[in-house]
Amino acid sequence: MITIKKMFGGVAVPHKKGLSEKSPVEFAGIPGELVLFLSQHIGAPSVSTVKPKDAVKRGQVLAEPRGFVSAALHAPTSGVVKAIEPRFHPVQARMSEAIIVEPDGKHELFEQLSPAVSGLDSISAERIKALAREIGLVGLGGAAFPTAVKLAPPEDKPIDTYLLNGAECEPYITADHRLMLEEAGKVIFGFKASMKASGVKRGIICIEDNKPDAIESMKEAMSAYDGLELAVLSARYPRGGEKQLIQAVLGREVPPPPGLPFDVGVIVSNVGTAYALADAILTGLPLVERVVSVTGEGVANPSNFRALIGTPVSYLIEKAGGFTGTPGKVVMGGPMMGPAVKSLDVPVVKGTSGILVLTKEQAAQEPVLPCIRCGKCIDVCPMGLQPVWMSAYAERGLIEEAEGYRVMDCCECGACTFTCPAKRPLVQWIRMAKAEISSRRNAQRKS
Amino acid sequence: MENRLLITSSPHIKSTRTVQGIMLDVVIALIPAAIAGVVLFGFRSLLVILASVASAVASEAVYQIAVKREVTINDFSAVITGLLLALTLPPNVPVWIPVIGSAFAIVIVKQVFGGLGANFVNPALAARAFLLAAWPLHMTQDWLNPRAYDAVTSATPLVAFNSTGQTALTFKQLFLGQRLGSLGETCILALLIGGLYLIVRDVIDYRIPLGYLGTLAIGTWVFGKPGAFFQGDGLSAMLLGGAFIGSFFMATDYVTSPVTPRGRLYMGIGAGIITLIIRLWGGYPEGVTYAILFMNLVTPLIDRYVVPRYYGYGHDEMARRKAAGGETR
Repeated sequence: MITIKKMFGGVAVPHKKGLSEKSPVEFAGIPGELVLFLSQHIGAPSVSTVKPKDAVKRGQVLAEPRGFVSAALHAPTSGVVKAIEPRFHPVQARMSEAIIVEPDGKHELFEQLSPAVSGLDSISAERIKALAREIGLVGLGGAAFPTAVKLAPPEDKPIDTYLLNGAECEPYITADHRLMLEEAGKVIFGFKASMKASGVKRGIICIEDNKPDAIESMKEAMSAYDGLELAVLSARYPRGGEKQLIQAVLGREVPPPPGLPFDVGVIVSNVGTAYALADAILTGLPLVERVVSVTGEGVANPSNFRALIGTPVSYLIEKAGGFTGTPGKVVMGGPMMGPAVKSLDVPVVKGTSGILVLTKEQAAQEPVLPCIRCGKCIDVCPMGLQPVWMSAYAERGLIEEAEGYRVMDCCECGACTFTCPAKRPLVQWIRMAKAEISSRRNAQRKS
Repeated sequence: MENRLLITSSPHIKSTRTVQGIMLDVVIALIPAAIAGVVLFGFRSLLVILASVASAVASEAVYQIAVKREVTINDFSAVITGLLLALTLPPNVPVWIPVIGSAFAIVIVKQVFGGLGANFVNPALAARAFLLAAWPLHMTQDWLNPRAYDAVTSATPLVAFNSTGQTALTFKQLFLGQRLGSLGETCILALLIGGLYLIVRDVIDYRIPLGYLGTLAIGTWVFGKPGAFFQGDGLSAMLLGGAFIGSFFMATDYVTSPVTPRGRLYMGIGAGIITLIIRLWGGYPEGVTYAILFMNLVTPLIDRYVVPRYYGYGHDEMARRKAAGGETR
């Protein structure tokens, strides 16, 4: 077993996993409408290959990737393309072009899906890489970085270790937990396939110690393969952040942006991503569904669903028994990093690991007090930064000074805001400064 | 119903720690020292403590009402200031001394500069320095004998210790506070209970008292004995005077101490060095007040230059950036 190295900062969060961790993954069903954004990954939006009124089947291509860093999009069920129009994107928080599919309820599979493969030996590394691109696979941990790009590291950056991220450090969310428990074999198969595709020999499966049952099932499943190791991490947020995981497991630090895990010889993939890849290899099905935890004190029956991409949030909340009382806040993802949405009329995207409903009491805003410079935000920052100064400068519009404090290195994990006794919205100010710096840099590049 | 959903920037959950909770912890931590003060020096101490706290809270409320700001006396910070000031006063001072002192601390040092979080020196200590300058006799002669409660005007044992390098008091006397001194500074046992409580509750950083008392003890061991090196009584140096209460409760004030762990260690060491210099070679018997006030002023400088190591830079990268005079922050 891997000895865990020290990580910078981190904070003890209430895990709240108990709400949904015992609920087996169930198929959520087919909603009346699916909204499929052309942009639900990092990189260029994909290009639609269908037009309104086209009939589509489950797994059929709806949009092709544009350029290297992009991802394809497929129909999650059979039906008719109703429209291609801008809809409100819950993560980007703006209107974004989407293909609207009206399901016919038959759930018919597209006939041309590639045939199933029996084992890893019968598929080449090149074929796995091509498949990752064809099926529109992206990182399902939340960032939605195209997996095909990850599987093809640059020649001059030798990779020695592949990490499977099953930490799931966000409170409440149990999607990866359930996958590791119920589908450990497939997850490990997908992980081995990723290792084969990228030519990496050493694989480490990383799980937080608050999921003992998942650790057991993964242990059993991994014993069938060589070259796999297990790393059990103490549960401390944000242990599952890519950079934090690399630091904790390997003692290496990814260089500051634009540095990537490639630069320290590492690739990290999420458990859900490995599962989706395995699914595609074994059955030929593209990325058209994912596991979504619908949880929180604000829903009647916290559940884990296998949901079609594009399923409306309102539909899933209904499936989970609806609200208990008046909801205060609905979050796409976990409570630490997920964006809050103002309407339930938004769909699940590829990166949506959960839908969290907080009650009115939980969402109540506490008064913001002056900073007393207790330094707790510095103690918990996993990037070793000083949120106290970054946010103070950002709040006053002193963007250059905030940049001097390395505001662009901030991973927005929210540990500082969580811990702040004065309840100051530190990350909010930091985000504002980051956005301003990015737009200035873009303007400079153009001129 | 949908429009009632709240939209805020993540994270959407917050810790249960609050400013009020932290301040309350500090108040709790000071209670053993206050009790010790009353036990050792009698009813007189209780009067001083109550007058000081009442004046601090009243000053804050009156000022905030006068300038039409929100009244924030329920955050307990004024209580701490009043309590801290009282604990550093001689037990037999006239009651108007703490009243004026606390009002000065709250109005002039804290509120005029913007209230909680905006003062640049510790309010209680600044008020103590003011009282020392304005009424030096009251501040250096109004002592009471412990457990006997009779008035004494002779010098505290620290004066003799500074000139001879030794003290007639036993460790037990020092530890339990059976000596002349300010009403809350003498009982080390009570201060230790409060200080450890704050460390265990993760309210204060142990590095400040460690750096402070450590520097003072080692420095006194080296230079404390006249005419000889390495023969001073480092232990008694820590226990005499106000070093203990200062290092645990004054120098650790968030607002006026550095924000980084390393910066806090430097704060402690710096205050220890200044205290040592004033005690051994200065004109005043005790240097804790001025040492901490000086380090309060240096705090912004420490915060500017003592930075944590960022993730992904490595020690070499930080050194290179520093040498290049570039972005080290």
